[in-house]
Amino acid sequence: METAITNQALATNTEGYLLDYTQWTPDWGIEVARMYVIELTDKHWEILEWLRQKQAEGVALSIRKVGNSGITDIKQFYRLFPGGPLKISSKIAGIPKPVSCI
Amino acid sequence: MIDVLENTTTASKPALVMKEKKVKKVLIICSKGKLEDVYAALVMANGALMEGIEAKMFFTFFGLEAITKKNADHLHTATVGNPAFMPGMPTVVAGLPGFEAFASYMMKKEMDKLDIPHVTEFIEMIDAAGGEIYACKLAADMFHLKKEDFLPEVKDIITVGDMYALADGEGTQIVFV
Repeated sequence: METAITNQALATNTEGYLLDYTQWTPDWGIEVARMYVIELTDKHWEILEWLRQKQAEGVALSIRKVGNSGITDIKQFYRLFPGGPLKISSKIAGIPKPVSCI
Repeated sequence: MIDVLENTTTASKPALVMKEKKVKKVLIICSKGKLEDVYAALVMANGALMEGIEAKMFFTFFGLEAITKKNADHLHTATVGNPAFMPGMPTVVAGLPGFEAFASYMMKKEMDKLDIPHVTEFIEMIDAAGGEIYACKLAADMFHLKKEDFLPEVKDIITVGDMYALADGEGTQIVFV
């Protein structure tokens, strides 16, 4: 399936996660964040970059790893991406839906 | 298929990406103090928060062990009276001194490999995520436990009536471990 939310249509799964994270652009992230009523601040971007970097390194992400990233803590992470921080931030960052239970 | 989502500046249509949740809140009651039971309760509470579901936890009876400063990180798994644990292991062997401690140690080692936090860290995570943790008054009285015996994340010692009040609201599920 393809989803067009910016001027380009990108291949996503039915939940809106990008199939190829290398196609991601910051504009895509901004538009996805808007749908979650999130206005991206510098701290958001820092986290998104960290997530994309970990994805590139092939690290399986969990809330705990984000909490230990040194960039944010769990409390702030939940505040910045309310309603399911790991899933929502992953979708904004253009990386696959996390499969962690922790 | 091209699914054009509207380019909204305010999120007037968040429904496009967020489906209405049927389960809005969970109240997880943990009545047991065995490692695996406590982890089941913690994983469910934390998992709910990860999905944007409100989570409250109520620890009672032997479950209280999991939220005491003294024992939270020293929970054991039962090697005797647990047929799923190493099937074929004779009870007399499983009951030898030190065997349970060894089995619990091995289990914790496996959990470390999977990036599963220790109980105290797990409880910190749940608290940081907005989950609330309570202790049962009746059981606390019975085991002579006071507020200062519990981890700092334990919000209060409450009655069963207060516990049900935590479950107020539509879309709440109560889970008993």
